[in-house]
Amino acid sequence: MTPLLEVRDLTKRYGPRIGCADVTFELWPGEVLGIVGESGSGKSTLLSCLAGHLAPDTGSVVYDTRANGARDTLTMSEPERRMLGRTDWAFVHQNPRDGLRMNVSAGGNVGERLMAVGARHYGNIRATASDWLGRVEIADERIDDRPSAFSGGMQQRLQIARNLVTGPRLVFMDEPTGGLDVSVQARLLDLIRALVRDLGLSAIIVTHDLAVVRLLADRLMVMKSGRVVEEGLTDQVLDDPQHAYTQLLVSSVLHV
Amino acid sequence: MYVAVKGGERAIENAHAWLAEERRGDTSVPELSVAQIREQMGLAVARVMAEGSLYDPDLAALAIKQARGDLIEAVFLIRAYRTTLPRFGASRPIETADMACKRRVSATFKDAPGGQVLGPTFDYTHRLLDFALAAEGEVPPAPQAEPAEGPVPHITGFLNREGLIQQERPSEETPPDLTRQPLETPADRSLRLQALARGDEGFILGLGYSTQRGYAKNHAFVGELRIGDVEVEFDIPELGFAVTIAEIEVTECETVNQFKGSKLEPPQFTRGYGLTFGMAERKAISMALVDRAMRWRELGEDYVGAPAQDEEFVLYHCDSIQATGFVEHIKLPHYVDFQAELELVRRMRREAAEAQAAAGAAAMKEAAE
Amino acid sequence: MTDMSQDYNFAYLDEQTKRMIRRALLKAVAIPGYQVPFASREMPMPYGWGTGGVQVTAACLTPEDRLKVIDQGADDTTNAVSIRKFFERTADVAVTEATSEASIIQTRHRIPEQALSEEQILVYQVPIPEPLRFLEPRESETRKMHALEEYGLMHVKLYEDIAKNGHIATAFAYPVKVEGRYVMDPSPIPKFDNPKMDDCPALQLFGAGREQRIYAVPPFTKVVSLDFEDHPFEAGRAAHDCALCGAGDSYLDEVIIDDEGGRMFVCSDTDHCRTRREAGHTGALGVPEAFA
Repeated sequence: MTPLLEVRDLTKRYGPRIGCADVTFELWPGEVLGIVGESGSGKSTLLSCLAGHLAPDTGSVVYDTRANGARDTLTMSEPERRMLGRTDWAFVHQNPRDGLRMNVSAGGNVGERLMAVGARHYGNIRATASDWLGRVEIADERIDDRPSAFSGGMQQRLQIARNLVTGPRLVFMDEPTGGLDVSVQARLLDLIRALVRDLGLSAIIVTHDLAVVRLLADRLMVMKSGRVVEEGLTDQVLDDPQHAYTQLLVSSVLHV
Repeated sequence: MYVAVKGGERAIENAHAWLAEERRGDTSVPELSVAQIREQMGLAVARVMAEGSLYDPDLAALAIKQARGDLIEAVFLIRAYRTTLPRFGASRPIETADMACKRRVSATFKDAPGGQVLGPTFDYTHRLLDFALAAEGEVPPAPQAEPAEGPVPHITGFLNREGLIQQERPSEETPPDLTRQPLETPADRSLRLQALARGDEGFILGLGYSTQRGYAKNHAFVGELRIGDVEVEFDIPELGFAVTIAEIEVTECETVNQFKGSKLEPPQFTRGYGLTFGMAERKAISMALVDRAMRWRELGEDYVGAPAQDEEFVLYHCDSIQATGFVEHIKLPHYVDFQAELELVRRMRREAAEAQAAAGAAAMKEAAE
Repeated sequence: MTDMSQDYNFAYLDEQTKRMIRRALLKAVAIPGYQVPFASREMPMPYGWGTGGVQVTAACLTPEDRLKVIDQGADDTTNAVSIRKFFERTADVAVTEATSEASIIQTRHRIPEQALSEEQILVYQVPIPEPLRFLEPRESETRKMHALEEYGLMHVKLYEDIAKNGHIATAFAYPVKVEGRYVMDPSPIPKFDNPKMDDCPALQLFGAGREQRIYAVPPFTKVVSLDFEDHPFEAGRAAHDCALCGAGDSYLDEVIIDDEGGRMFVCSDTDHCRTRREAGHTGALGVPEAFA
């Protein structure tokens, strides 16, 4: 089996300051990788570099494309990368406002990615959008409402539906439950876990919340000051942290 | 029987005749001469030259007369005339350090080589209507002094020596010409400055003001404001050297702005720059503020979404001639578009009424059952 | 003092400027539907009043040309009169109101009813050349969307129309796709006129002065109005016949004729209407041209 994503020596600097440095890892099909660390640890910079939103200074991000096999996404042409970004990849932002079109209806939000890849049958697009709203537990009669009329949790679920509608294989998530109430968080986590399992998705989830990775991630990377200080199977890392920083992180949480 | 309205041509001619009559006003009042406007409406002339981007006080005065004092209309006349002028070449950059200053003030230093020169400013006048002017009173001549000897160096030069102010890197590249190439963004600074220099004074003033009120605040001081005459030199290839072809009046403003330092640079001062034809210090200061705000990317600052930082927003909307044309064009006939909208709205209203009627009938039926 | 008695060049613009515009036009013809930036000049008429069309016409005009100018389909609207006079004065070219006799037709908001020929050029005045502008205000972003052929957002707009109104609620400036590649704004013509652009024998040139863009549809080019398979494009018009010439297939203006809200519908293309009346066609309120 070949890895879905193979990252080598990824480094991004902001002048003299390190964003992230020398990050190397592999992600296998169907695997969920959690990246944890405090704010400023470089985890969001890393995610942005992986997803092609930021250009790293050095390194490679090789993705196993459907059509042409392993390709370095950093040296791809921009059209290719953008195409990947709206078909085989998905990106779930912490703030749904960054990932949704707030002045477009829920159905339009979900339909956009379909239309971007050539869907031209209104009825079919709407049916697919309706199906996906159902899967993320949004009532069908809300299909023509704008996300601005939705609660925070609904907006986040809509963002997930909009991302998954084209059947991506790799999902990037940046603090997907951040900014939500605890009860809403739990429901969203359940939903994400079910979708990831049912669809066999690979995912990279950045979070500072250890409960999120405990529930979702197969494997874990702990970052501090831009570098990966520990990695391993999630339960292993959380139950028997080796690095002093990880120990601090785990002990600072009351109930994991 | 119906006969469609014709005669657009005659209507236009008559409108022009009426306009000419209105422009002249009451014929028992003596007519303004172009020379009177040039000499006594100097600041209006300066604005028309600056925004018209053509230095010619006589033409600017003529345009103001023809435009009935509507300065944007006058700028428009100048621009349309300017387009048709043949271009012989470009002058050398003017040396504002060699300016014969009639006004030169700095807000950052109490005194500096060259001194502070107030010049003919409104600044400390009390804004009281002077009814003596209504009686066409002649003014006594102002006291005279000998012009100061020697050059008047730029204030920012002193900060430069200490490395306290960010260096402007000189470039050998020929700057793009806004009037000869289409504006495309991202625009380099020289292009932005051209656009601001031609931009509407009111628009630039409002944007500059917004930076002071917190929309991309960059806390500016007027490092130096100077107004005076500079020589324009032109290289004559046949001669192999430059000759002075004109002396023009310009206003130059350099602001000194706080800068906390970025990811790349230690804290130091930065600058904004404004330059306009004629005496126009309000415009020059505003221009410097907006210039500074638009430099956020180059200086590694955050984009906070302020209008003055938004290059596309500023450059595509600062030109009064573009703005006035497009805003006013909606008074042109649009009945073809409107007809299409009319049909659409009627159809949608009809459909809505039908849907409502159907829903009402269904409800009645339900109630009856 | 400046010499104020200079003569203007043929068709107002100097030859350098015309050359620059012609280069932009050639590029536009080579890449149908692509918006070519050009250094639009300040014209002696306001932006938004046809400065782009006037520059394109000026760059195309030769002394042998016969020019027709229409606004809202009519030759006698004030802005059409004004532009026609401008070229009579600065280029001394022959002018006409007859569509069939014109070699260059400058238009605002309409395509003539009569089919155009290979010998003709149709010059459109364009206020906003960017079809994506109202979806994405940034020029830097829309240019990228065109370059990468990312037109999903355009269909999102149409989707929203149907979801809200049951059909596409765009009545004019209805976006088209040219030769299967670029999405283009056809200028604010009613969508009734859109089908005339497809496979048209005449050269169609578009000039946007304020926005500094030129684009073109070469003769016999495929121009398709955007739609959905299950909500196909339909060209709309008022469901009436022309009150003067009786035409049942032309685009109509609605004219209010009395204080009680009485109205009539007449051809917006005045030349088309007159030609029909001369040929003896009569509508409900009209009389044949010979007796008018």
